[in-house]
Amino acid sequence: MSGEIAQAFAKAKARGEGVLVAYAMAGDPDLARSVDVFAALVEGGADIVEIGVAFSDPIADGPVIQAASERALKAGSTLKRVLEEVVPEVRKRCPQTPLVIMTYVNVIMAMGEERFAKLARERGVSGAILPDLPPEESAGLRATFDAAGVDLIPLCAPTTPKARAEAIARDARGFVYCVSVSGVTGMRAELPADLSQRLDVVRKASPVPVVAGFGISTTEQARTLSAHADGVVVGSALVRAANADGPSAAKALCADIKRGLKR
Amino acid sequence: MTTETTVGRFGRYGGRYVPETLVPALLELEEAYAKASADSSFGEEVARVLKEFVGRPTVLTPARRLTEAWGGAHVWLKREDLAHTGAHKINNTVGQVLLAKRMGKKRIIAETGAGQHGVATATACALFGLPCEVYMGALDVERQSLNVFRMRALGAVVKPVESGSRTLKDAMNEAMRTWVSQVSDTHYVIGSAAGPHPYPTVVRDFQSVIGKELRTQAQAAFGKLPDAIIACVGGGSNAIGVLHPFIGDKDVRLVGVEAAGHGLESGQHGASLTLGTEGVLHGSRSLVLQDEHGQIQEAHSISAGLDYPGVGPELAHLAKTGRMEVRTATDDEALAAFYEVARTEGILPALETSHAFARGRELARDLGKGKYLVINCSGRGDKDVATISARGVPPPVGVKS
Repeated sequence: MSGEIAQAFAKAKARGEGVLVAYAMAGDPDLARSVDVFAALVEGGADIVEIGVAFSDPIADGPVIQAASERALKAGSTLKRVLEEVVPEVRKRCPQTPLVIMTYVNVIMAMGEERFAKLARERGVSGAILPDLPPEESAGLRATFDAAGVDLIPLCAPTTPKARAEAIARDARGFVYCVSVSGVTGMRAELPADLSQRLDVVRKASPVPVVAGFGISTTEQARTLSAHADGVVVGSALVRAANADGPSAAKALCADIKRGLKR
Repeated sequence: MTTETTVGRFGRYGGRYVPETLVPALLELEEAYAKASADSSFGEEVARVLKEFVGRPTVLTPARRLTEAWGGAHVWLKREDLAHTGAHKINNTVGQVLLAKRMGKKRIIAETGAGQHGVATATACALFGLPCEVYMGALDVERQSLNVFRMRALGAVVKPVESGSRTLKDAMNEAMRTWVSQVSDTHYVIGSAAGPHPYPTVVRDFQSVIGKELRTQAQAAFGKLPDAIIACVGGGSNAIGVLHPFIGDKDVRLVGVEAAGHGLESGQHGASLTLGTEGVLHGSRSLVLQDEHGQIQEAHSISAGLDYPGVGPELAHLAKTGRMEVRTATDDEALAAFYEVARTEGILPALETSHAFARGRELARDLGKGKYLVINCSGRGDKDVATISARGVPPPVGVKS
């Protein structure tokens, strides 16, 4: 298990803050300029950076990240290039911030699970999130990642029954990613009423921190959730900001959200 | 007889690669399906609807003039084109929509390529009184306007999908995204023997009525099982349906025909069994058309139903283990076969089906005289007349100019 993720949560906690996990798409608008976006997220206060690697058929993603995936693929983004050209640059500019790869399982399979785990670890990646790899299918891949020191971060959904959520949490690596809404990634004006209760259940069972993600884009939402989670994930809102107004807009949004996470 | 090695797995293929949000729904479906399968009243209800509404059993037709023209085995046609709505797709949608009703689901969503599965789903929903939404690639909406109208006439909402290649794979992505958002009260009727477990099993079981009928009909018609059965393969629902009941019959050759599109070397085809590599698409591990980086490639076929870069996991297993022979037919070969069948047998086959016919001649000759070849005539070609006639019509036969 990589220690960097636990450390990032511990540091934020010591400062009396919830953790901001900030997502952007590698290769959007191109590989080099996406490095500036990732650096801006950290300057804005992100504690952990999620590096999205585009897939042609992103079934868990809403329109904003779908469009970002298409731009990234057009710009020639591949997992190999992200590990060779994006990750080391982000690592250099933000040496303290844990990096987590978010992509779909087919992209990892195409590179080879072992080859990916080894290369990712060498380049300084701490974990991976694969939204189409539920626990039933993840045993083999997780063992490979464990051996390499890459955390396979599990997801919990609103539809996940309590006992299953607890089992996922007990067995988690890195942190538990609690999906806030039944649906795809993307901003939501309102989050479900039972979310805080679900977070409490998972948190009670989990030996690792618990974060909420999907639909979160405002200071207020971050503030409400910070009482029930160790942090939040923000994705689509940052991708949209970076695409519309550049890295500085993403940085400003990170700072806004981070304000909501101060306890 | 089953090729399932463990639950939901066919050798290396199958599984359930979906967002966690959908896993509980798939577990619920698996359980409901197991219960329904064990309940004889469910099987009886499906059988009753297939008889009274769909018109089953579909007939087994001797293709006498094709037999003569090809000069080899006796050719017989399993006439799924005569099932209500004009293709085999209705066998599965009747079963799944009845299952959804049993599960208390309030609405139905589906994806469609050629529109046949969409029409069949809309038909079952009209029959059983459930609202229906069909996701269809915008390109397919353009090239299958007849089926788009049929779905709308049946009361369904057709949702054109503008992302990606604007075909079946993108329609399936969008249907899955919608399902994730509305999973508690919605059943997703998948039409191919693909997708996450238990769909490949559910669809195969509902479609196996084709092969089961064929066993009985072949015995009655020529006193034995066929020597070979040939079916077209896109996602593979008609192929697994007609072939599955014969997997244990080692003397029956099972042949699947994929779309070679503009040719296998052109890169524009739908031949996932022939040229695909192992990957995960739409919830199962199977053979898919992808680049070295794991990006799914766009498929191409003149027939919208074969224009898909993946294939059902059980067919991938049957192909890899050699139980099923895999062949391909190009767009042009399928078109030629369409006219050949039209003019020798008086049947307009669907363009998908025409791919199976395109490999019929050589298989009939390979088998030789006295043997029996059955072609699964999976659907009728009315939906394709715009595509086909746009390429011009060959002169009439037997008329002096």
